[in-house]
Amino acid sequence: MIPAQFDYVKPSSVDEAIQALQEAGDDAKIIAGGQSLLPVLRLRLAAPTLLVDLGGIAELRGIRDEGDRVAIGAMTSYYDIIRDESVQQHVALLGQATETVADNQVRHRGTLGGSLAHADPAGDLGAVALALDAELVIAGPSGRRTVPASEFFVDYFTTALGEGDVLTEIRFPKYTGWGSHYEKFNRTAQAWSMVAIAAAVRVEGGTIAEARVGLTNMGSTPIRATGVEQALVGQPATADAVRAAADRVTEGTAAPSDADAAADYREHLAKVLTGRAVLAAAG
Amino acid sequence: MAQVRVTVDGVEYVDDIEPRMLLVYYLRERLGKTGTVIGCDTSNCGACTVHLNGQSVKSCSVLAVQADGAEITTIEGLARDGELHPVQKAFNECHALQCGYCTPGMIMQAVDLLGDNPDPDERAVREGLEGNLCRCTGYQNIVRAVQSAAQAMKPGASAPVDTPTPVAGGQ
Amino acid sequence: MTTTAEPTTPGEIGRARVRKEDARLITGRTRYTDSITPAGTLHIAVVRSTFAHARINAIDTAPAKSAPGVVGVYTAADLGVESVGLPNAWPITPDQKTPQRPLLASSAVHFAGEGVAVVVARSAAAAKDAAELVDVDYEPLDPVLDMEAALADGATLVHPDLGTNESATWVFDSGEAGSGGNVADAISAAEADPDSVVVRRRFIQQRLIPAFMEPRSVVVDPTGEQITFYSSTQVPHILRTMTSVTLGVPESKLRVIAPDVGGGFGGKIGVLPEEMLCVALAQKLGRPVKWTETRSESLLTAHHGRDQIQDITITAKMDGTVTGLDVKLLADMGAYLGLVGGGVPILGAFMFNAIYKIPAYKFTCTNVFTTKTLTDAYRGAGRPEATFAIERIMDELAVELGRDPMELRQQNWIKHEEFPFTTVCGLTYDSGNYEQATRQAMELFDYAGLRREQEERRRSGDPVQLGIGISTFTEMCGLAPSRVLGSLSYGAGGWEAASIRMLATGKVEVITGASAHGQGHETAFSQIVADQLGVPFEDVEILHGDTQISPKGLDTYGSRSLAVGGIAIVDAAQKVIAKARRLAAHMLEADEKDLEFANGTFTVRGTDKGKAIQEIAFAAFMAHDLPEGMEPSLDADAVYDPENFSFPHGTHLAAIEVDTETGRVDVRKYVCVDDVGTVINPLIVEGQVHGGLAQGIAQALFEEANYDEQGTLVNATFVDYTLPSSADLPSFDTHVVSTPATSNPLGVKGVGEAGTIASTPAIVNGVIDAIRHLGVSDVEMPCTSQRVWRAIQDARGRSTQETPVDTHSPGAGLGSIDPNNPQGEVQ
Repeated sequence: MIPAQFDYVKPSSVDEAIQALQEAGDDAKIIAGGQSLLPVLRLRLAAPTLLVDLGGIAELRGIRDEGDRVAIGAMTSYYDIIRDESVQQHVALLGQATETVADNQVRHRGTLGGSLAHADPAGDLGAVALALDAELVIAGPSGRRTVPASEFFVDYFTTALGEGDVLTEIRFPKYTGWGSHYEKFNRTAQAWSMVAIAAAVRVEGGTIAEARVGLTNMGSTPIRATGVEQALVGQPATADAVRAAADRVTEGTAAPSDADAAADYREHLAKVLTGRAVLAAAG
Repeated sequence: MAQVRVTVDGVEYVDDIEPRMLLVYYLRERLGKTGTVIGCDTSNCGACTVHLNGQSVKSCSVLAVQADGAEITTIEGLARDGELHPVQKAFNECHALQCGYCTPGMIMQAVDLLGDNPDPDERAVREGLEGNLCRCTGYQNIVRAVQSAAQAMKPGASAPVDTPTPVAGGQ
Repeated sequence: MTTTAEPTTPGEIGRARVRKEDARLITGRTRYTDSITPAGTLHIAVVRSTFAHARINAIDTAPAKSAPGVVGVYTAADLGVESVGLPNAWPITPDQKTPQRPLLASSAVHFAGEGVAVVVARSAAAAKDAAELVDVDYEPLDPVLDMEAALADGATLVHPDLGTNESATWVFDSGEAGSGGNVADAISAAEADPDSVVVRRRFIQQRLIPAFMEPRSVVVDPTGEQITFYSSTQVPHILRTMTSVTLGVPESKLRVIAPDVGGGFGGKIGVLPEEMLCVALAQKLGRPVKWTETRSESLLTAHHGRDQIQDITITAKMDGTVTGLDVKLLADMGAYLGLVGGGVPILGAFMFNAIYKIPAYKFTCTNVFTTKTLTDAYRGAGRPEATFAIERIMDELAVELGRDPMELRQQNWIKHEEFPFTTVCGLTYDSGNYEQATRQAMELFDYAGLRREQEERRRSGDPVQLGIGISTFTEMCGLAPSRVLGSLSYGAGGWEAASIRMLATGKVEVITGASAHGQGHETAFSQIVADQLGVPFEDVEILHGDTQISPKGLDTYGSRSLAVGGIAIVDAAQKVIAKARRLAAHMLEADEKDLEFANGTFTVRGTDKGKAIQEIAFAAFMAHDLPEGMEPSLDADAVYDPENFSFPHGTHLAAIEVDTETGRVDVRKYVCVDDVGTVINPLIVEGQVHGGLAQGIAQALFEEANYDEQGTLVNATFVDYTLPSSADLPSFDTHVVSTPATSNPLGVKGVGEAGTIASTPAIVNGVIDAIRHLGVSDVEMPCTSQRVWRAIQDARGRSTQETPVDTHSPGAGLGSIDPNNPQGEVQ
């Protein structure tokens, strides 16, 4: 199927992109990797009049080790993230979750910035950004600002990005030496997450010293399971202790209901999978 | 209209196209590269997989304008000097296709997979092909073919498989 | 009866030849219909109903007509096709209700996706753009979604003029037919007998979508003397005849071509409204007209399969002897009857008794109209449904009797020495050896070892439980003896045609009426001909799928290509050999009776004098010196009508792991041993079994077409209709044993549907076996993790939430995008 007609620009700088977006107003859309957008356009579920392609802006691509953090350009592909050494070493959870996104071809094109800006609560990377306290750098008509992940996700498909805004970079604090695991549960390998759990823990002498847990598809945004995190700290990394802590995972969630999983099943899965994710992360 | 300049299977093309034209339609309808086929609207089936600058992509989920300046290899450019690619050979030898509709995409993805992982185990092949649907084979012989091609490509394998060379459509 | 033919060239039959058709398919040198675009082609887009059931008050085509690139926009009235109805070729009863199935709906729509207008434009994109501008004023009516409610008094009628939602009720009663006892008597006797049991179960065959990988496509080129009609179809010959019947175009003025076809699985046996629209528009406009569907259109409007409610009653003695089987079906036809839609469940009627000796049997099927996409053949067509029900209830009976399920089957099945065996339905099974296939399968599977492991896991309370699923199946295939089809009021015969042309250069052209779309005919038929004529495999060219090249045929479905079409080829080859023998005798100055034919050469017995068949073909071509009165040709035609179906069978065993914490099902091991008679090409047989297994397992675990309360299909993309990928399926351990069919000279049976028919119950029996000790006795298909988890919760007495029918929650991909509110930064 063929999308409806639109105009297309491919700016070579972030400023040009912002300008193009501003001039076109509401009817413009950013295209990053296009892996979520193009199917939507093909089904004619959206019909923007202008696509602003960020693919020509070199500065938006690439991963930098900045001492206490890893900075990832918004247009960096999943494929490049998975293979990046600093990601593997310092933000392993991000790499693990990214490996589960869609399939190999999509991971060649899809980008971290695109995924976060799309803000589908079933998308895998929001929970990671949230759990790991990422910061998102946004360039807009009134300059650049940094938004913590905890303030970025507003609702279904709605973020702190305003009109004319471009997400440029995502910064992750380093979690060097932490154990991590992304536990994804889906109907088929290429399906979206029914529920997924992003977990990172720092274990000291068999005891969980710190924990980060993010939830995919348990509400209208990615959710941080702070109750579980609190309950885990100071506990031994044993099955019983972890499962007891995992019981708090549904606090603050609003699980959706659909044919794959009604809310009660999602809640049940979240508990089981949180236990598994944390135990796997704790090694 | 937007202009696009691409090299496809070793031949350079310059065309004016509508921005909404998907790469797969450009390949099929403008260039006559009908070996690459379309199976869905949602980038699930992978039948349209080609290589874009050496990486497998679903050409139904790339705008032709996004491919401006790129090198593209399709199933029609995979054989070199009349010699089938080892993955093509293995698909034939292992009976890895029936109706053949998923085959171009499956082969292009398998070539990409072997580029990243030259000796994949069964699980790695199955996961590496998760973006390509086949309705005929039950996948078993496809997996076998990819592993068999991996063996064939191992020692003394010829030049990198992704350098496009012009090959006539009829091999 | 004929026995297996002695191959003249040892080696071709049974040889694992790699396929000759692959060369073009692996290089992209393919010719699928959508790749064909004659100069000046116009493209159509169909405007489709968004309502399941509505009155059409008005259709405004004016804005679309003035859109860029548009050549015309037409309703049924504009085209003058309001009275044209698409064919139903199988009226299953004399009083069957058959609503007119229009090319475009005029006054009312009866399912979501039904066409109401068609846009013709210079490009497919322009046609699609303009289709969105056609404004249809609908007055919504209540959808009809539930079969039982549809049959109740006062139900909303899909077609009010028919006065009912019941299309037909078809009954087979062995008591009345004289082929067995009366099942009502068997049930009352069992109920009254403390030494008998009666087991009643309801099974649901969910609605499936064939989902061939190549979307359907049609190109009709009216230039030239004949109308050239390309279609991605399984049935070019039937399509040609039916187009004549439907539109009145003389059959001789139609050339139908099925070029490369990307899979069908029964899904491409229909006669489509879009096909007829393309013919009508090409004639009207004098230009080539093309339609290629999108995947969403395909999922929405290409016919669906299965969709039955099955009420099964089985009776048995406490010692395990089955005494009766009663089957009551409701089959959802959707909004109209497809080409053979009404007959699909009837094909199952003969298979519920399966491999068992059942003394009394009754089958009652009511076909019901609903406001859904129509249903028709899907791989197995009636027989998977039947096999599922009998194999599931045999497990239930075993539980009731406290017996091992395999042992119970063994007790009741037809023993090897009892063949040929006439069943309670009156079919004669010619050959089979259930003991052999089962013994081999159980050994390969390590049945005893897995039973021990299952016991151990149950004892230890392992969160991952193990189940063993059994399916011992047979099927009737090779559709079909014409006399049988006639007795079922089917609208055609079941023969197949073949021709062999001996070319001057010694090459051989074989024309078959069986039109392949992935099965490997070109290779398998070449092997047969190479053996028959003693010519090299490479010298045989198989031609098919074009009614000008292959003028006669009944096409490909029902595992008939080899068992019917292959035998027609053998018959044609025998005629060629007979002609060649006469010429050879003349050339060798010998008596025909003194000639031996082997390895492609006629030799005079006891001498070294001989002539190769290629030399004889050349002599026939030259025609300088022929026997008196002989035509200068070795070519031959044959039409073969089988005497009987063929009855492949097999034993399929699945080891299923169920994660009781999440409900996740994992197929750990799958072993099958199939008896498909003589094997022409083991590679192709193995491939057919693999693919069949994948589709059968997909029914058990993954696929389901759901409608919401408004009657909208909620799985209209591959995001929501979840076909398994390579990462979702295991490797299968497949084996073949062979008891040749006695009903044909090659001893072949069919293999195309076996895997699909057998695997579904094996998987579901395995899932239930894994969790039966927790109190679970059924899980509806597909056995998704959620359904399995809920079944366990229910068995433990914990109530759980109702699952909504909508596939979509606001998240999770495409379904999540609200078209009215595309707010998010979609990147």
